[in-house]
Amino acid sequence: MNPRSLLRKLARAALPAALAAAAWLPLRAQTNVSKPPAQASIVERGRYLAQAGDCIACHTVPGAKIFSGNRAMPTPFGTLYAPNITPDRETGIGSWSADDFYNMMHTGRSPKGYLLYPAMPFASYTRVTRADSDAIFAYLRSVPPVRQASRAHDLRFPYNNRALLLGWRTLYFQEGEYQPDRSKSAEWNRGAYLVQGLGHCAMCHTPINALGGSSQEKAFQGGLIPMQNWYAPSLTSNREAGLGDWALQDIVDLLQKGVSNRGTVYGPMAEVTFNSLQFMSDEDVRAMAVYLKSLPADQGPASDPGQAPLRADVGQAYTEGRRIYAARCATCHGAEGRGKLPHYPPLARNQSIGMSSAVNPIRMVLNGGYPPGTRRNPMPYGMPPFAQDLNDNEIASVVTFIRTAWGNRGAPVTAREVNQLRSATVE
Amino acid sequence: MKIILSVIGFGCLLVASVAHAQATAADRIPDTMEARVQACTGCHGAQGRGVENVYFPRLAGKPAGYLYNQLVAFRDGRRKYVPMNYLLAYLPDAYLMRMAEHFAALNPPPLVQPKVARSPDQVRDGQRIVTQGIPAKKIPACVTCHGTELGGREPGIPGLLGLRADYVSAQLGAWRFGVRTALAPDCMQFIASSLSEPEVAAVSAYLASLPVTTARPVRQPGLRLPLACGSQPQQGGQP
Repeated sequence: MNPRSLLRKLARAALPAALAAAAWLPLRAQTNVSKPPAQASIVERGRYLAQAGDCIACHTVPGAKIFSGNRAMPTPFGTLYAPNITPDRETGIGSWSADDFYNMMHTGRSPKGYLLYPAMPFASYTRVTRADSDAIFAYLRSVPPVRQASRAHDLRFPYNNRALLLGWRTLYFQEGEYQPDRSKSAEWNRGAYLVQGLGHCAMCHTPINALGGSSQEKAFQGGLIPMQNWYAPSLTSNREAGLGDWALQDIVDLLQKGVSNRGTVYGPMAEVTFNSLQFMSDEDVRAMAVYLKSLPADQGPASDPGQAPLRADVGQAYTEGRRIYAARCATCHGAEGRGKLPHYPPLARNQSIGMSSAVNPIRMVLNGGYPPGTRRNPMPYGMPPFAQDLNDNEIASVVTFIRTAWGNRGAPVTAREVNQLRSATVE
Repeated sequence: MKIILSVIGFGCLLVASVAHAQATAADRIPDTMEARVQACTGCHGAQGRGVENVYFPRLAGKPAGYLYNQLVAFRDGRRKYVPMNYLLAYLPDAYLMRMAEHFAALNPPPLVQPKVARSPDQVRDGQRIVTQGIPAKKIPACVTCHGTELGGREPGIPGLLGLRADYVSAQLGAWRFGVRTALAPDCMQFIASSLSEPEVAAVSAYLASLPVTTARPVRQPGLRLPLACGSQPQQGGQP
């Protein structure tokens, strides 16, 4: 169950037409249909944009008919069920107009006037242009209608009262299409539009507070994803996943291919790559990379990790961890933690290893993982789980070793942290 | 002298290039399925041979269609086991089929089955159900579909040898309670929910008491099964 709500903000209608045309050219070239080209291409373009927005992740139960809804999304406030958005008139959005759809995307209000729960990332989708919203709507109208009533949400009091959303909206929702920054390049603006809008990246990569809101000032500073027990790293800190010192191609590879020379996507981010990013054009992924790389660092880049003093308090765990690492991990990740690129990710100087939250490295050792199978990496290599072989102390030791060896500067990990994640993720 | 120097020089060159070749080989990732499925063999044993742990069954030699159906069911959540659901969540069909074919083609020597400490009566009851079914409940004999030698049947029916009693019993229970489901019509759901608990225990005990043989999945196209099973389509189509 992954929360798949992320941001979607798209460029406003004022985005230079030339840019939009360039971005869609490769897609058009593949679409060789005999229908009136305008009609076919708007649907095709809508399909592409719906993928950019990862609509399928929430609105389709795996294996069920596309967009038939009812996928459960557990939240700290109860379980939400994404509705049926097929063109069925009774149970889907078959009676909606393009205006209704745009208003919903733009304002977070349904055509009947009620307020949407912000699990639907309208705080991001509000950035989407009218033209792109219309294209997505045209595409949604083109999929087979499915008659299936949407399940009612199962929220605890008081969250089951939609009137409370007015307060949430006042605090966390700012309506408005994306406004290009004219001091930046067209490519940067395209990337910003996709990241802030349809990509809805901030839904996970901005800290979420007790009210389920993400504050603008903390945009992209990272956060624990509720209910999923994964940590979405900061995109602004060079000590986490800040991309300031990444090569552009490594960012592109990570997003689109799922593996890169700097790291690999797992968990909820693997889902985003699998459902969404792998299908995006090279130009668009590159634009997103350009924008992400430009995000200001909220702290100076870490000084040369090679100079970092080894923490003194890890003594025994470090020694035990080194032994386990040599026996279980070094074959693939190398004695010096350099990995074998790109399929066995490097652990030395890998920002996601030393982040302040140790959730992700602990989970990887407990549960292993496959990167997503993508167009550019259809048969990924898998990391074995070790939950069945190593006890909490052993896992804490090996993660402590990995987080502090080779110049990594993470904090040591306790067996208790491991135990909490074990019970949350392995039963 | 010149000759000696050049021989030494050539020797150094050779050593250097050998060392270089070794470094590259060590860094190279084998482009094999074996390397790609290390995430599987950590639990299921080298070559999918099976391990001591009752709940990590042997994969090797099971029909590819059966393994593929299980991989898809785990990925899509139709068969629930959190570690497997998580591991497979973002893998495409074509790759899962390659994994299934990989393990189906392997045939490492089976593990020795531990002795089953069950009463002879229970084992005898199990044998009766496995070989004759329970006509009163319209439950066919296991051997009708899973093969006379219980080695399975191509393309979608698994062999039942080499499974521990607790595993078989847990799977039948999972089917009864909807935690494990197969493609509709789900014949095993009908069977599992028709069996009583003592009958499940008897079948599990008997199957676990059998020696593991070299029996491989039977190929017998066109055979009509006693129940309609989505995993074993009767007229071609996807397994």
